[in-house]
Amino acid sequence: MAGFASNFKKQFKFKYIVSWVAVLAALIVLIILNNAGVLSRSVTGLLSRIAYSIILAVSLNLVVGFLGELSLGHAGFMCLGAYIGSFFANSISQSIDNKLIVLILAMLVGGVVACIFGFIIGLPALRLKGDYLAIVTLAFGEIVRNVFKNLDIFGGAMGYQSKPYNTKELYIVAFVAVIIVLIIIQNLIRSKHGRAITAIRDNEIAAKAMGINVTFYKLFVFMLSAFFAGVAGVIYGHFTTPVLYTTFSYNYSIEILVMVVLGGMGSINGSIIAATLITIVNFALQSKLSGDLAALRLLIYALILIIVVIFNNAPAFKNIRERFSIKSIIDSRKARNAKSQAKISDDDAKWDRIESKIKNDTILTPDLPHSDAPDESDSKEGK
Amino acid sequence: MSDLVLETKNLGITFGGLKAVQDVNLKVKKNELYGLVGPNGAGKTTVFNMLTGVYQPTTGTFYLDGEELKGKSQEQINHKGIARTFQNIRLFNNMSVIRNVLVALHNQPEFKYSPFAGMFHTPKYYDTEVRMRDKAKEILRVFGLEKERNNLACNLSYGTQRKLEIARALATNPKLLLLDEPAAGMNPNETAELMEIVRFIRDEFNLSVLLIEHDMRFVSGLCDEVTVLNFGTTLAQGDTKTALNDPEVIKAYIGG
Repeated sequence: MAGFASNFKKQFKFKYIVSWVAVLAALIVLIILNNAGVLSRSVTGLLSRIAYSIILAVSLNLVVGFLGELSLGHAGFMCLGAYIGSFFANSISQSIDNKLIVLILAMLVGGVVACIFGFIIGLPALRLKGDYLAIVTLAFGEIVRNVFKNLDIFGGAMGYQSKPYNTKELYIVAFVAVIIVLIIIQNLIRSKHGRAITAIRDNEIAAKAMGINVTFYKLFVFMLSAFFAGVAGVIYGHFTTPVLYTTFSYNYSIEILVMVVLGGMGSINGSIIAATLITIVNFALQSKLSGDLAALRLLIYALILIIVVIFNNAPAFKNIRERFSIKSIIDSRKARNAKSQAKISDDDAKWDRIESKIKNDTILTPDLPHSDAPDESDSKEGK
Repeated sequence: MSDLVLETKNLGITFGGLKAVQDVNLKVKKNELYGLVGPNGAGKTTVFNMLTGVYQPTTGTFYLDGEELKGKSQEQINHKGIARTFQNIRLFNNMSVIRNVLVALHNQPEFKYSPFAGMFHTPKYYDTEVRMRDKAKEILRVFGLEKERNNLACNLSYGTQRKLEIARALATNPKLLLLDEPAAGMNPNETAELMEIVRFIRDEFNLSVLLIEHDMRFVSGLCDEVTVLNFGTTLAQGDTKTALNDPEVIKAYIGG
């Protein structure tokens, strides 16, 4: 076990776990606030929405940001999870009393069903590239919700009457799910499998030539992402009733994609923040604008998105961004600390652990006249 | 089996009606440096693409260590022991230098762990990752890239990128290394250095090298044998000096 401890020390960095530790800290604070009676019912409802949005955004980021394939059918997987999960929960709620266990089982079932469909869709679709894959996944999302619309056991066009979980408690379960999803995804990204996935994104041809099984990894990522989307769907199904097919339209897939793009493709932390903010903005606009102003909701939402995207990316705002970015604040503090104490990098020390059999100087500087240089390898050749 | 590492038998491919490559018979021995030369468009890279499974040959077949590899996928061929570099460099540009090599170590049997272990970071994960990193550093050290290991691959100079590409190919532990124009875009010093590197890896990693190159000084200084291609057919084959001085070859290059 000592070996494990030292290996763990070598690999571990705090930045690897900062995202889920932050979520965990936020959750603890929220639980305390809730127990103190500060949080209203609508706020706990919002928290559940934030939780499933984060799961959706992070899991889509796995496909779009890390694998580099555009999927527009994420709401379809969520739809599967929501319907199947609620249906399953309703069916077993008679035999199992504990609502929490029912919810957890429903999450697993909803996730697995979405995962299976991820496999069925992914197998043919992942042979396609770029735009074509986007179109196929888009069609998939539409097919799924229309199938549920026409199935009578799922309530047809009226939507499925799910049994909502207690809103005051659902967000805790949802955030625990978020933390588990974050741990799994971040661990995966930092493993050799994650490296293979990002290698496929960077250069698929080279990845193949390096012996990476591209089909396997594409399918694997697609299925994993579908699984998490299914879990998010189950949370949604327990948050609201009825589960209505209109929710999972193309627009919703795009909204998840917006969260990913806004947060930065390939950035888990960014996805978390973007998902949180977009959900809050949506919620605020929905609850604050009433009467005639309600018609302006989408307009204001779109305007906010445009402003944020421009501010995030336009070169003109570069100076402002840099001045107020967290990174620059940390860096300037580091620079101040570095002045007071000279830091010795341990990098060079690390290199001494590896024995090298060859002498770099002789190989890498052929300009040197080898015969003159006092060198073992040359004298051996002479013999 | 004999000491042949790679043997191709009447290897050929047609695109539509165009016979891009016909009847190429290569015999690469163990520890041999073998050159594949020819004017532009002669089909050299197409031969490489067939040998690595990018294209499936329409006629003929090829063997690595006596095992037929025709019809296998790119990753399977890589597992069997053929690694390659590309004419236009194809590094994982947004990754650090060491990650590039780590990706190539992916399939080594000693570094295997399941996606499950990757997702939950079992002790096996930590153990394997540390050993992988050590191995990657060792490979980088051979190429004098250890100081660059945390830089992004796209920020390296051209010659260094070429070196990294070779390092990455070597990390897959091949029996046969295919180098597609390794000296392209290098200055004379870098070319000389590259020659030393190619010889060194041949000895150190105990493999055969099949290389495409236009720089004739590079080829004649390095290769034991060459095959000259022109319009997809073999023009001359054999000992480097004799083959390159063949009047037909000179005619194909200079014209006339």
